[in-house]
Amino acid sequence: MATYSTNEFKGGLKIMMDGDPYVIVDNEFVKPGKGQAFNRARVRNLKTGRVIERTFKSGDTVEAADVVDVDLQYLYNDGEHWHFMDPQSYEQLTADATAVGDAAKWLKEEAICQVTLWNGVPLSVSAPIFVIMTIVETDPGLRGDTSGGGGKPATLDTGAVVRVPLFVQSGEVIKVDTRTGEYVSRVKE
Amino acid sequence: MDANSLAWRPSGDGATLRLRAELLARIRGFFAQREVLEVETPALSAAAIPDPHLASFAVHYTGPGPRHGQTLYLHTSPEFPMKRLLAAGSGCIYQIARVFRDGEAGRRHNPEFTLLEWYRVGFDHHRLMSEVAELVAELLAGRLSLAEPERLSYREMFQRHLGLDPHRATVAELAAVAKTQNVSIPPGMPVDNLDPWLDLLLTHCIEPDLGIEPELGQGRLTFVYDYPVSQAALARVRPGDPPVGERFELYLHGVELANGFHELGDAGEQQRRFAAENAARRAAGWPEMPIDDHLLEALDAGLPECAGVALGFDRLVMLAAGKTALAEALAFSFERA
Repeated sequence: MATYSTNEFKGGLKIMMDGDPYVIVDNEFVKPGKGQAFNRARVRNLKTGRVIERTFKSGDTVEAADVVDVDLQYLYNDGEHWHFMDPQSYEQLTADATAVGDAAKWLKEEAICQVTLWNGVPLSVSAPIFVIMTIVETDPGLRGDTSGGGGKPATLDTGAVVRVPLFVQSGEVIKVDTRTGEYVSRVKE
Repeated sequence: MDANSLAWRPSGDGATLRLRAELLARIRGFFAQREVLEVETPALSAAAIPDPHLASFAVHYTGPGPRHGQTLYLHTSPEFPMKRLLAAGSGCIYQIARVFRDGEAGRRHNPEFTLLEWYRVGFDHHRLMSEVAELVAELLAGRLSLAEPERLSYREMFQRHLGLDPHRATVAELAAVAKTQNVSIPPGMPVDNLDPWLDLLLTHCIEPDLGIEPELGQGRLTFVYDYPVSQAALARVRPGDPPVGERFELYLHGVELANGFHELGDAGEQQRRFAAENAARRAAGWPEMPIDDHLLEALDAGLPECAGVALGFDRLVMLAAGKTALAEALAFSFERA
């Protein structure tokens, strides 16, 4: 069993606690001049995303989590699972809805995604930061409508809905920032 | 070599480094005016402090002298040789010393740092607290606006912040308080030793508040004194119910700034404490430290009645400059050294 000493603690380190994988968000070394030293860490549960505080006696060890980030190509969704492939080894991996989460609406076939693996199994999927999508449906015209000013909703080919400027029409290809879910620009194909 | 690296640059800015120099000059002025003598003592010694909470760097000396060389230790504070000077009749002395502590690095810790340590013959710990307050007030004047200093005993501190008596509480009671305070309890806390539990509550619940006056949002110097005997370190013990170690700590803005003692002068008692500390090291599987026989001989020859204090100079600079990380008070922090 691989372990880390509290001496190795820093942001990004993956550890096991109570059977779940966690990532250290930040770590503070606290020590009274004449007393016990502690590592006071904020850690994020990689399954739930919840951030909690945990304290360790300095010098103690904690089990390492077998968690790695890999770039995988998204292949397809079979209605229940999302299938990915390692572009180097051609090995295929399957992710469930919990792992894919909100990234689902940004996944287009062949896109390269960062997938976090825990013991070799997808734990979470991050969509690419920018995706290129086709608008399948949005209200036409509406020119001269000044009431909103914030654009109009548009449904994309993955089913995601984003707000786009009034001049953007169905069938057009746009660039979207998946971190905020916001329209960035039109894309000339 | 990375041409784009900024790591060659100082971790503290120019204004803070100039403030550092200014404060050093003012410290020397403060003690010159009071006729306290500046001294320098060796950083390397064949002996080291056995306190299990302090880790000395060991270095190898190749000679000339011993045929196979010798292990020497970098001092964690200049306390022992300064007490030898006191026993030799130096009178009141101070030192601005670079000291070294292995295993301590973080936002408020750097493995090497500067201690201002001084000893006052004829003072007890309360009189020395007053002088510490005068010095710190003088150094921070015009930079931090401070309320009147306060003093509270270790017991009062725990009673005020957590409603418990640290001298009477049991491990189970301390663990229960930690739980109600939502403190994450580290794995492997001992069931037969109160001190790590008191340290846990101190660092997680009390320290973050110490020296912060909520109504005003301004700081004040908070002195904590009379520690449990198990935390007396190098302080004399005052008999009573309970007996207490005549030790004090100074906090400002939640930062531990200084540690002082009404100094233990009893060679036999000092020897017993060293032996107990080495026994604790043995039990924990850590190396024992060679005892400083010169110190014991000096105590035996007679240490004048005195009180001494060590103040973390870098932390003081950090607070004076309005910084939050020790690295910002240093020319080059450990990561850039």
